[in-house]
Amino acid sequence: MNEAVSTPSGSSIPRQVLDAVVVRFAGDSGDGMQLTGSQFTRTTAFHGNDLATFPDFPAEIRAPAGTLAGVSGFQIHFSSREVHTPGDQPAVLIAMNPAALAANIADLKAGGLVIVNTDKFTKRDLEKADLTSDPLEDGSLSGFQVVPVQLSTLTKNAVESLGLGAKETDRCKNFFALGMTYWLFSRDMALTEEWIQKKFKPPYDEANLAALRAGYNFADTVELFHSGYEVPPAKLAPGTYRNITGNQALALGLVAAAQLAGRPLFQGAYPITPASDVLHYLSTYKDFGVVTFQAEDEIAAIAATIGAAWGGSIAVTTTSGPGVALKGEALGLGVMVELPMVLVDIQRGGPSTGLPTKTEQSDLNIAIYGRHGESPAPVIAAQTPGDCFYAAIEAVRVAVKHMIPVILLTDGYLANGAAPWKLPDVASLAPIPVKFADGPSDGQEFRPYERDPQTLARPWAIPGTPGAEHRIGGLEKQEGTGNVSYNPDNHHRMTEIRQAKVDRIAADLDPVEVYGDDGGLLVVSWGGTFGSVRAAVDAGRTQGMKLGHLHLRWLNPMPPGVAEALARYDRVLVPELNMGQLAGLLRQRFLVDTVSFPKVQGKPFKVSELLARFQTLTSPEA
Amino acid sequence: MSTVEDTPTDVPQYQKKDFMSDQTIRWCPGCGDYSILSQVQTVFATLGIPKHKFAVISGIGCSSRFPYYMSTYGFHTIHGRAPSFATGLKLVNPELSVWLVTGDGDGLSIGGNHLIHVIRRNVDIQLLLFNNRIYGLTKGQYSPTSEEGKRTKSTPMGSVDHPFTPAAVALGADASFVARTVDIFVKEQRQVLTDAHSHRGCSFVEIWQNCNIFNDGAFADFTDRKTRDEKVLFVEHGQPLRYGTAEAPKGLVLNNRLQLEAIDLDSPEAEARVLVHDETNLLLGTLLARLQGSADLPVAMGVLYRVQRPVYEAGVQAQLDHAAAKPHAGDLARAIAGPSTWTVE
Repeated sequence: MNEAVSTPSGSSIPRQVLDAVVVRFAGDSGDGMQLTGSQFTRTTAFHGNDLATFPDFPAEIRAPAGTLAGVSGFQIHFSSREVHTPGDQPAVLIAMNPAALAANIADLKAGGLVIVNTDKFTKRDLEKADLTSDPLEDGSLSGFQVVPVQLSTLTKNAVESLGLGAKETDRCKNFFALGMTYWLFSRDMALTEEWIQKKFKPPYDEANLAALRAGYNFADTVELFHSGYEVPPAKLAPGTYRNITGNQALALGLVAAAQLAGRPLFQGAYPITPASDVLHYLSTYKDFGVVTFQAEDEIAAIAATIGAAWGGSIAVTTTSGPGVALKGEALGLGVMVELPMVLVDIQRGGPSTGLPTKTEQSDLNIAIYGRHGESPAPVIAAQTPGDCFYAAIEAVRVAVKHMIPVILLTDGYLANGAAPWKLPDVASLAPIPVKFADGPSDGQEFRPYERDPQTLARPWAIPGTPGAEHRIGGLEKQEGTGNVSYNPDNHHRMTEIRQAKVDRIAADLDPVEVYGDDGGLLVVSWGGTFGSVRAAVDAGRTQGMKLGHLHLRWLNPMPPGVAEALARYDRVLVPELNMGQLAGLLRQRFLVDTVSFPKVQGKPFKVSELLARFQTLTSPEA
Repeated sequence: MSTVEDTPTDVPQYQKKDFMSDQTIRWCPGCGDYSILSQVQTVFATLGIPKHKFAVISGIGCSSRFPYYMSTYGFHTIHGRAPSFATGLKLVNPELSVWLVTGDGDGLSIGGNHLIHVIRRNVDIQLLLFNNRIYGLTKGQYSPTSEEGKRTKSTPMGSVDHPFTPAAVALGADASFVARTVDIFVKEQRQVLTDAHSHRGCSFVEIWQNCNIFNDGAFADFTDRKTRDEKVLFVEHGQPLRYGTAEAPKGLVLNNRLQLEAIDLDSPEAEARVLVHDETNLLLGTLLARLQGSADLPVAMGVLYRVQRPVYEAGVQAQLDHAAAKPHAGDLARAIAGPSTWTVE
C-alpha cells in the first residue's frame, strides 16, 4: 500500500504562481474523463478558486473504443480572479489515447503542456484514431511540452497486489492521471480520497486510491514536470459556497419555488438529453412532496403537467428541443385554459436529433412563436448554472401570478457546466402567493374567466372546491363565463387579452441596465452566452474598445428600456449560438439594424472570437 | 373504488338533473351519446359523492363534448391525450372521482399510446370508450374499430385495415377491470357504470354507441329486440354463460382447442357442461372479449374481467409518505447546500 500523500512533498521542483489555468481531460468515453474532471472541479472549488467547466461528450454511450467518435472531454478554467467562461484554450491537456490527442491538440495553447498515455500508442491504436503517423514521433507536437507517461503500465504496477483482472486494472488509470494533475497544481487530495472510499466497494476503493496516490508520487519522485503550479484562491464574496451545475440548480429552484408557493411540485417528463438529469434530481426530493411522473412520451408529460396544474400543483414539464416540438399542441391548450405551469427547454443542437449532447440556443424562435394560432407565452432564459435556480423561481412566480404557461430556456452548456455558487439565504426568498378561488357564496354560477384587473389573470379554481364547478377546454371561451363561444368579436377580444396578459408581465420587470460604456458598440446577449460575452466585453474595454453589454433575461415580454438602450449606441451586435434569432426579434420589435454573430458548432463562444468581432465593428473603417 | 372521505350523511341527496349543465347539447338528434349522458347523470346521483368531487375529462371528438353537458368539474382537452391529463390530476388529487370519456378514434387511434399506459399503470379512474366504429366529428371516415372493407369518404374502395377489439386491447394492456355495454341497454349500462365506479383501479368500459348519421345500425344485429336474445350474452360472475331465447337456450363451453363453443341446452347433461363465469380468469375474459357474434356465438356484455392490483397513485403516495418520514425531510436549506460546501470569509 502506498502512503497517503495529501500535501505536496519536499520536491525540489520550483512552483510558479499563476492567475488562471485552463485544463482539459480527454479520453475514450469509457475512460472516466467526466468523473475525473468533476473530481478535479470539486477539489479546485474547495481550494477557493473561481471556476467554470465544460463537459463535452459524444451522444453514443460507448462508441468503438479508441476512435475519434468516442472521445470525451472535460475542460475546467480556474482562477484567483472572477471566471465567466470555461476558457478558450487549454494550457494543459491530458490525452489518454491517440484519438483524444488528435481531437484536442488543435485547441491547446502554443507551448502548452500535453500529458500523453504512451501505452496506448501502438500501431493499432493509431489506426483506430485515423492517424497515419505517430504524433509522438512525427514532430507534429514540437510546439508543445510533451510529457510522455506509460500510464497503463504504471497503473498496473500500482494496483497489481490487489489481484484485479486486466480490464479492471486498466479502469484505474484515470485516477493515476488525476493524481499527476493534483501534483501539478499542488492540490490536496483528501476530498477525492474520501469520495473514492465512499463510492467504491473493495477492492476497487483500494485500487483507485493506489492509482491516485501512485500518480501523485510518480510526478513528485521522477520530477516529471519542469515546474509545478499554484493558483491561489479567488476573492469571492463572503458566504457559503457549493459547486453546482445548471440542472442541479434548476431542480433545486423548482423545489424551492413550490415551497415558496406552499404547494406540491409536480414534474411530468420523458427522458431526453440533456434534460433527463432534472428528472433524476427531482426524483430524489420526494421528501418535499415532489411528484415526478415519467410519462410514456413528451405529449403525455405535458398533458399530465396541465392536469396537475388544474389540480393545484406547481406543475412543470422539462425537456429539450424535439420534446418542445411534440408539446406544442398541449402548450397551446395551456395558453387557452390559462393554467399556471412552466415548460423548461434545456436546448441542444437541432433540428431533429441534431447534436443531442452539444449546446445551442436555437429554440428561441420555437419558444416565442412555435405554436399554432395566436398563442403568446412568456419566455425567460437563465444565464449561468447558478442562475437556473433563480430563473426557475421567477418562472413559477410569473406563471402563478399571471395564470399562464411560462417557458424557461436553459441550454446544454449551462445544464452540465459547473461553477461555484454562493448559497442563497432560504429565509430571504420571497414567498409566491397562491390564492385558490372559492365557490361564489351568493348562489351564483362560478365565473372561471373573470379577470384580475391588474394582471388579467383568471381565478385558479381547483377540482374539489364546493361551488366552483366549471368546465374548461380547448374551444374558445366566452369572456367571464368560460362557456364555449363561437362569437367573432369574443374571439378577437380573447386573443387580445391573451397577448395583453403577456405584455403586462413587463410591469413587474426591472428596467434594463447596460453594463460598460454608454455609446460605441452595444453587445446584446441572452441565456447561456452571458459569461462569454461579459468576459469578452471586459477584455475589449481593457484594450480600449468602447463597449456596452445588454443581457436580456426576459425575452417575452422584454423589460422596459430596451428600445432606449438600443438607440444610444452606434451599432448593435448580437452574438448567439443560433443563426440570428434574437437579432431578428430585436429587428422586428424595435426596427434596429442589428448585426448578427451566429455560431452553431455545439460549443460556447470563445472570448477570442468575440473580441475579434468587436475589433472589426469598433475599428474606424467599420 | 373512489377514495372519497365524506360520509354519506354529508352528501346531498342528488337527482339526475343536479348533474345536468345549462349548456345546449349539440349532438345530432338520435345520437347514442344522449342515452349514455343520461345514464351517467343518473348513476352519478346515486354514488354518494359530493358533486364538486367529480371531474370529467375528455379528448376530442363527438363523445368528448361530454364534460360540457355535466355540471361537475370538466376538462375538454386535446385529441387522444385525455388519459394523461387524468393521470396528472389524479396523482395530485387522489380523492377526486375522475371519469374519462373517449371514443374509438380518440382513444384507440391518436390516443392509443396513452390509453394502454393509463390502463397499465392502473390509475384509479373510470375510462368510458364510446365505440361507434366511425369518425363522427370529422364527418364519416373509418376508424380503428371499423370492420374490414368499410366504405367511407376516405375509403371509397373499402378500408383495408384490420380493426381492434377494444376490450381485447384493454386486456392486452393488463387492465384490472374490463366491461362492455350498449348505449340503449339502459339497465345493464347503469349497472356496469356503478361496477366501474366501485372498482379500485382503471375501469375500462367499452360502450357501443350508434352514430345514426355516419354509421347507423352498426350494432343492430345485437341491439334489435328480435335478435338480441340470440346474440347477446350478459355475463355475471359465478353464473353460467347462458344466452338464447326461452325456447332455445344456449350456453358456452370450452372445446378441446381452447375455444368457446355454443351448445344447445336441451338436457341436464348439457346444462352441466356450461362454463361458469369467473371474472378473475384472464383467459376466459379474453375469449369472451373476442367473441364477435359470428355464426351461433354471441357477443359478451357486462363485466368480462375484474381483479385487484395496486393502484398507481397510491404507490406514488406511499413513496412520498416514506420519504417524508426520513430525517431532515423537506429541509430546503440542507437540500440546497448539497453534499459539500465551503466557506469564504
